[in-house]
Amino acid sequence: MAKAPARSTAAPKKTASTPAPATNREGPRDPIPYDATPAELEKFYREMLLIRRFEEKAGQLYGLGLIGGFCHLYIGQEAVAVGLQSALDGDKDSVITGYRDHGHMLAYGIDPKVIMAELTGRAAGISRGKGGSMHMFSVEHKFYGGHGIVGAQVSLGTGLAFAHKYRDDGGVAMSYFGDGASNQGQVYESFNMAELWKLPIIFVIENNQYAMGTSVNRSSAEDQLYRRGESFRIPGMQVDGMDVLAVRGAAEAALEWVRAGKGPVLMELKTYRYRGHSMSDPAKYRSREEVQAVRDKSDALEHLKRVMEGAGIGEDKIKDIDKEIRAIVAESADFAESAPEPELHDLYTDVLVEQY
Amino acid sequence: MAIELKMPALSPTMEEGTLAKWLVKEGDTVKSGDILAEIETDKATMEFEAIDEGIVGQILVAEGTDNVKVGTVIATITGEGEEAAAPAPAAAPAKDVAPAQAGAVSANAPTPAVPASAGTTEKAAPTERASDPAIPAGTAMVRLTVREALRDAMAEEMRADDRVFVMGEEVAEYQGAYKVTQGLLDEFGARRVIDTPITEYGFAGLGAGAAMGGLKPIIEFMTFNFAMQAIDHIINSAAKTNYMSGGQMRCPIVFRGPNGAASRVGAQHSQNFAPWYASVPGLIVIAPYDAADAKGLMKAAIRSEDPVVFLENELLYGRGFDVPDLPDHVLPIGKARIMRAGSDVTIVSYSIGVGLALEAADQLAAEGIDAEVIDLRTLRPLDTATVLASLKKTNHLVIVEEGWPVCSIASELAMVAMEQGFDDLDAPVLRVCNEDVPLPYAANLEKAALIDAPRVVAAVKAVRNRG
Ligand SMILES: Cc1ncc(C[n+]2csc(CCOP(=O)(O)OP(=O)(O)O)c2C)c(N)n1
Ligand SMILES: [Mg+2]
Repeated sequence: MAKAPARSTAAPKKTASTPAPATNREGPRDPIPYDATPAELEKFYREMLLIRRFEEKAGQLYGLGLIGGFCHLYIGQEAVAVGLQSALDGDKDSVITGYRDHGHMLAYGIDPKVIMAELTGRAAGISRGKGGSMHMFSVEHKFYGGHGIVGAQVSLGTGLAFAHKYRDDGGVAMSYFGDGASNQGQVYESFNMAELWKLPIIFVIENNQYAMGTSVNRSSAEDQLYRRGESFRIPGMQVDGMDVLAVRGAAEAALEWVRAGKGPVLMELKTYRYRGHSMSDPAKYRSREEVQAVRDKSDALEHLKRVMEGAGIGEDKIKDIDKEIRAIVAESADFAESAPEPELHDLYTDVLVEQY
Repeated sequence: MAIELKMPALSPTMEEGTLAKWLVKEGDTVKSGDILAEIETDKATMEFEAIDEGIVGQILVAEGTDNVKVGTVIATITGEGEEAAAPAPAAAPAKDVAPAQAGAVSANAPTPAVPASAGTTEKAAPTERASDPAIPAGTAMVRLTVREALRDAMAEEMRADDRVFVMGEEVAEYQGAYKVTQGLLDEFGARRVIDTPITEYGFAGLGAGAAMGGLKPIIEFMTFNFAMQAIDHIINSAAKTNYMSGGQMRCPIVFRGPNGAASRVGAQHSQNFAPWYASVPGLIVIAPYDAADAKGLMKAAIRSEDPVVFLENELLYGRGFDVPDLPDHVLPIGKARIMRAGSDVTIVSYSIGVGLALEAADQLAAEGIDAEVIDLRTLRPLDTATVLASLKKTNHLVIVEEGWPVCSIASELAMVAMEQGFDDLDAPVLRVCNEDVPLPYAANLEKAALIDAPRVVAAVKAVRNRG
């Protein structure tokens, strides 16, 4: 296992994760970084790179006016969705997140073409052009959205977990939300019920340090967010979200606990968003240097590349993957630009399921 | 192989911007993430980052240039190998691209960056309106955007009354998500301009409690879509306190923020809640259209001893209007305003719909139909007297509302006309409302779902043909 490079102050110091503070309560075992095979490393790299290039392209299409409204990019956070979702069982488990959702869908192997076509508002989009960037869903992949109201996905995710337990189907729900979202009241109402009823859910706080222009320490009395479940007896884990192997390793420890019927786990993934909150954010609340320092020192893709080199994966192979991903992204953009808009009568479909 | 850098759209409503500053020069090597330029949009100054690696070829639009249309080629980057070649959107060699002819969005872009929704386009000059009787004749005017007018109103009231404070998400250091609170932190400090966590239910309740405790809070919701988290406190706490306490305990608070459809932000972020709040006894509900009313009514709202829901509109924030240049421009709550006097038909609206109604009235005038346009301004209490007096004169009523038709302000007014103006009606009342669907994202569907001036014109003609 390669050692993580030096970290900036913005990113966490440790390679793996910190267990909850000394307590005599039981919790998940201490996680260990995932020991990936070379093929798995390539797969992680491919998925993370796809997210990055896809998001860069989305940013370009926004600049060209092909994407409208709000568009929240996942650049910088790729290791979180890829590391966590790689540990899930795609046939059983369910995932839900907020509006910064493109990466989670790509990490689930959903076709980039239909995601990009949703961003451009075309009939071929995954929500048939009706949802847009913030509102995308794939029931087939047990991906439940794509929600625009900050915090909503936490209660909804708790409901998904309730359904897993009710049906006794062995599935686990994973609910992603931001550091900012972690201050919403419904989060704590959900925590209480989830632990009280031992629901199979992993609450994932993607702590990218900012909620729009508000840094965590300006909004959070307890800024160690993994401790936010303590008064509900939910064990917490703090994980380096810039290291896909640490993320995957922590996910396995959390999943063991949850699948054993012991109730929820709260994971705080320390990560960073490189771009503005959405496309229209002038991002005056942080310095260029801060962003650059994270890019230089903690970038998840660069880190993974070094691990790959250590595992004997050559530069040629990496170049090939880069090329392949560029082609996939270019194809999805072409598709999304040329696909037709929805038919006008689609305005009135899907409002209700049944006819009355 | 050169890549064309185009003036980017950097906000949902941006159509053009100022190229404030170049941070690179011709011949510089740039890599992904480098800042190339600073661009001023309708809301803020944004940094424009390089996406590709390469060398800056030509800079085609000089810094300091205003009104650069989105999509204009502003520079070229000469790429190195395939890295740069892949995203190149255009085929024209850089040398041939003269700035003047480069204004079009690339050929494969079917829809330019112009927001699709009705009424989003900036009108150069809003239709002239009848002067407001509340403003003394001969008052000097200043041109202000709605955004500035709201900010000035808050600042003036904060200067006058230490009990007034502003609280909400991103209102202080960020200067407001839509820049309505710009500069307030600088002037009033962190005691009175307060950034909250994302916790609407909590800070709406905190605000209501502070009002009960003797302060005068202005609670900003980033948009009213998020006030749904807090509607319990608006309705169960704020609206009912005075009544339940037999008049002892008050809750003088302003809940404000943008309401209604913005541009391409989808179903959860594009809703008009005016009819919801207007249905609740114990609340005042205000929804102004122009900057003068925004200012005068915001000041009145802050001074009121009652809880006020103040509904703004994102698409109106950047529009400029004449505002009376008075030291204390306060307007009465509960009074509609005749925006355009006419004799053939009464068109009643509020908020962004007023602009569409005025636009329609101009078109109708060209066809010989003289429409009276009324801006309700306050939705609770509703100024039915002004509407009914107009109806008495024109005998035809059309209501224009950027919102759903069912259980709307329009349906309420139709009922008022039935109950109190039946004998004046020469034809059934008609309403022009959005389509009765959640707002879709796709540009064409969004446009189809929202009201526009042609629909108002058609409704007026229909109502006139009925009698
Ligand atoms: C209830 C609600 N309040 C406010 C907003 C506006 N808003 C959208 S995203 C956001 C910041 C959220 O930050 P965080 O939870 O940290 O997630 P991140 O954007 O960093 O992924 C805000 C305030 C919203 N969408 N919903
Ligand atoms: Mg965040």
